[in-house]
Amino acid sequence: MNLPSFLRRGGAWCAAFACLSWLGGCASVPPGAGSNPKDPYEKFNRQVYSFNDHFDRAILKPVATGYQQVVPRGLRDCIDNAFNNIGEVGNFVNSSLQLKPLDAASDVGRLAINSTIGLLGCFDVANGMGIRRNKQDFGLTMGKWGIPSGPYLVLPILGPSSVRDGIGEIPDYFTDPVNYVTPTLDSYEIYVGRLVERRAQLLDASGLLDQAALDPYAFLRDAYLQRRRSRVYDGNPPREQDDDGDEDDGPTPSKPAAGSPTAQPGGESPAPATVKPQAAPESGDAKPAGAPQ
Amino acid sequence: MMQVLGKCAGVAIACVLAASAGTALGADAADESPDTMIKNASTDVLDSIRADSAIKSGDFSHVQKLIDEKIMPHMDFDRITRHAVGRAWRTATPEQQAKLTEQFRILLMRTYAGALSRVTDHKVQMVPTRGQDPGSNDALVRTLVVPSSGDAISIDYRLAKSDAGWKIYDLGIMGVWLGENYRTEFTSSIAQGGVDGLIKQLTDKNSKLSASGGKQS
Repeated sequence: MNLPSFLRRGGAWCAAFACLSWLGGCASVPPGAGSNPKDPYEKFNRQVYSFNDHFDRAILKPVATGYQQVVPRGLRDCIDNAFNNIGEVGNFVNSSLQLKPLDAASDVGRLAINSTIGLLGCFDVANGMGIRRNKQDFGLTMGKWGIPSGPYLVLPILGPSSVRDGIGEIPDYFTDPVNYVTPTLDSYEIYVGRLVERRAQLLDASGLLDQAALDPYAFLRDAYLQRRRSRVYDGNPPREQDDDGDEDDGPTPSKPAAGSPTAQPGGESPAPATVKPQAAPESGDAKPAGAPQ
Repeated sequence: MMQVLGKCAGVAIACVLAASAGTALGADAADESPDTMIKNASTDVLDSIRADSAIKSGDFSHVQKLIDEKIMPHMDFDRITRHAVGRAWRTATPEQQAKLTEQFRILLMRTYAGALSRVTDHKVQMVPTRGQDPGSNDALVRTLVVPSSGDAISIDYRLAKSDAGWKIYDLGIMGVWLGENYRTEFTSSIAQGGVDGLIKQLTDKNSKLSASGGKQS
């Protein structure tokens, strides 16, 4: 197996963290960071977020823009479909682990149809036949099994995640056929290609977050957590207790909502068993919860 | 960052918005069921975007007109704002409330206008919801906006019945509810600068967006 390559990749992450701790100094951390019970590592997360943002502006977005300009639309669609097709392997594994036989069957069907009639995944023929893609990952599988997401976590390059979903990246890595490409150097090239291709798809959406949000970091965090929760419940999450200004709610018991100003900084950390981010940058940044400044 | 952004933001928002816009058309039918209203309205809005080449080229005045005429009448914007502001709403003066509503409306409109221009061949599918009381004054309507190729986008609506018929008071795009998402932001802004601080922040943001031109997406 490719365990050594996995470890080597770990080395790459450490390097990323080294850059991160250097760049992290630019991250603006608002007062009260970490007081949101969903995001006790906010100070650390904001630094990674800032690193990702710099990385995107300086490298990823320009490269993706170039890719979009140079490669014709049809070929880009083909490449996108081929990456999605490879992803069906992981989708199948996770649908199975979530005991969703119908989904698992459609994942296999898509892989079979698109790899053959679809010319090695270049065309999404199955979609045209009404067999839709059902994107899954191990973080969602664990959620299905009842494992809570744990605190929010921003991963270098990969972006928004949580402790649960971050751990899920590891099994995802092993169910990704790209991991088994030899020589290893080729698999790196594919990873980079996939990253650029994914980013190119989002070029249209660039700026939307900055436009919509007062605080893009918090907006993205809440959107991520809401979306993942919704997906764990297959789009039907139980409604959370609203603590809003609607008169229809009547007098609401004053239970501090997430991010509410009354949530006490310095309260005990709600963090469950957590992964300490490796090579945490400066002292105290990865410390759980909103320690008083 | 990119994955989520991409999922929630791109074309998705465009279609979603378009779909929500659609609700405006059911205005004359106060006893229409919320599902029918959303279905008709969404389809109609998608159609009118397709028919208007000025919208597709990103002409902001056309987008604005579409939003004003077809979407806004079906939104309960006061309630949307109340919902997003949260508890501090009750402590705000009526003038502050009016300002918040106005600035939030402008922000959302500016944000989503660009998305509407990206609607192409999307179709609206209704998703059945279970366990809803048909006699209730509160409804959840779920839809799927399906492009001819690529992944479908889920767009859900929460509606409340008023004398003027069903009005949308919250919108969920790919499982992300607008009200809930803004509430955290607004709450922390209010914690730092009070209601006036939030109003100022929104106003500043809007004037910056307007200075950079409405066409930008």
